[in-house]
Amino acid sequence: MIETLTSYFSYPFVRYALIAGVLIALCAALLGVSLVLKRYSMIGDGLSHVAFGAIAVATVCNLAPMTVALPITVVAAVILLGLNGSGKIKGDAAIAMISVGALALGYLLLNIFSASSNVSGDVCTTLFGSTSILTLSQTDVILCLALTVIVLLVFIIFYHKIFTVTFDEGFAAATGTNTKAYNTLIAVVTAIVIVLAMNLVGALLISALIIFPALSAMRIFKSFLSVIISSSVIAVICAVTGIFIAILYGTPVGSTIVAANIVFFILCMLIGKVSKRS
Amino acid sequence: MALINVNGVSLGYEGKPIVTDLNFSVNKGDYLCIVGENGSGKSTLMKTLLGQKNVLSGKIEFSDGLKQKEIGYLPQQTQVQKDFPASVKEVILSGCLNSCGLRPFYSKKQKDNAAQIMKKLGISDLANKCYRELSGGQQQRVLLARALCATKKLLVLDEPVAGLDPVVTKNLYRLISNINNEGITVIMVSHDIHAAIEFASHILHIGNKPLFFGTKEEYKTSDGCHCFICDGGHDHD
Repeated sequence: MIETLTSYFSYPFVRYALIAGVLIALCAALLGVSLVLKRYSMIGDGLSHVAFGAIAVATVCNLAPMTVALPITVVAAVILLGLNGSGKIKGDAAIAMISVGALALGYLLLNIFSASSNVSGDVCTTLFGSTSILTLSQTDVILCLALTVIVLLVFIIFYHKIFTVTFDEGFAAATGTNTKAYNTLIAVVTAIVIVLAMNLVGALLISALIIFPALSAMRIFKSFLSVIISSSVIAVICAVTGIFIAILYGTPVGSTIVAANIVFFILCMLIGKVSKRS
Repeated sequence: MALINVNGVSLGYEGKPIVTDLNFSVNKGDYLCIVGENGSGKSTLMKTLLGQKNVLSGKIEFSDGLKQKEIGYLPQQTQVQKDFPASVKEVILSGCLNSCGLRPFYSKKQKDNAAQIMKKLGISDLANKCYRELSGGQQQRVLLARALCATKKLLVLDEPVAGLDPVVTKNLYRLISNINNEGITVIMVSHDIHAAIEFASHILHIGNKPLFFGTKEEYKTSDGCHCFICDGGHDHD
């Protein structure tokens, strides 16, 4: 088994896949803690559907998918996080509305205008991730690396502000923290991570990368810092395990990573229950 | 010298006024209790003092070097906090954020200050406990400590005893009184008129006309007081 793995890792594209996978999972997990606690678990799902719709538009117009998907998703993220509380439509309903709307329109556009002979194949690839993580170029990996550095820096520099805004927005605003700015910051970073993560696990499964590590960590750990750190560690472990298994047994990369996350979550839940009893 | 001056202020939502012609001032060291029925505009007034809402008309002035973001605020608990993984220390330190400016981390001085406040409120031994596993009274003390980290001058409390049992309530009121005696001005929004009369120095009764503002001695002899105590007093007697 180890021999098979080493032989695989002599190919640069396998190494790229591993690096990109780990970095994206790490970024998603960091954001996930804040999003889950703010009751925004579904935002990953909603935004990825928006990104899917945007990519459909890009395909139809023959544009590079990223250049269309990124700005549209960022705008959608800012609107969705901004809607909470103030709007006539509540946060969860707004997310549901925008996400299924974008999904439907995206599929419709692809069906009407696509020149490809295998529309459902293309759609399936976009939704569930493809082997495209194994076709990443060096530029893609550098892009992932740059993004990870930015997300990490944002988290380190604004750590205490993110904590305060997540824990108690009312208090933060009353004592002079610009809560709107930090919510927008989180929204923008979330959107960027989601668009990049679509390469890895596909549109439908991104939510899993965002919520599972955070939820697993929260079963066991009881302070914000320990939850943040452990969820990053859990995300990395699951990403590595998932990619190894996918390579060895030829399973789809995205769903294998998510499966690893599910197993880890169940484990954490059991540990949490046992430690509570003792 | 007046810390806050409120002159002819009207408050409301979307242009519809709830409270009109509000005039009062808060001096350094006062303990002002804002009472009134549900929907009378107590919360709106508090949000306006905290700079979260604009006045429809009139003017609120801060003086004596009080900046809006230097107000310590004890909000009501939110749903999010019920399952939030955070240690007591993390929660309390977050009160120091307003004096951080652009600095990303807390200074030693801020941490020492937080430790001192925790000692004063008798929660030093909870520092590494998980916030969501504390009792209601302990949680309020933690949030009070956080508010004290944010201010040296003025505390604004929003129904601080909501949902607490009588013994814990009494202790918390005593704690707030002690803080007030040490020179920190307190503004408390409350339903509890009996506690207001017992602990506060001034009372602002909004909602029914005429509005009342004055010391508690004046309030006891006013008409508004009597009907409010009779209305709300049965469950206490």
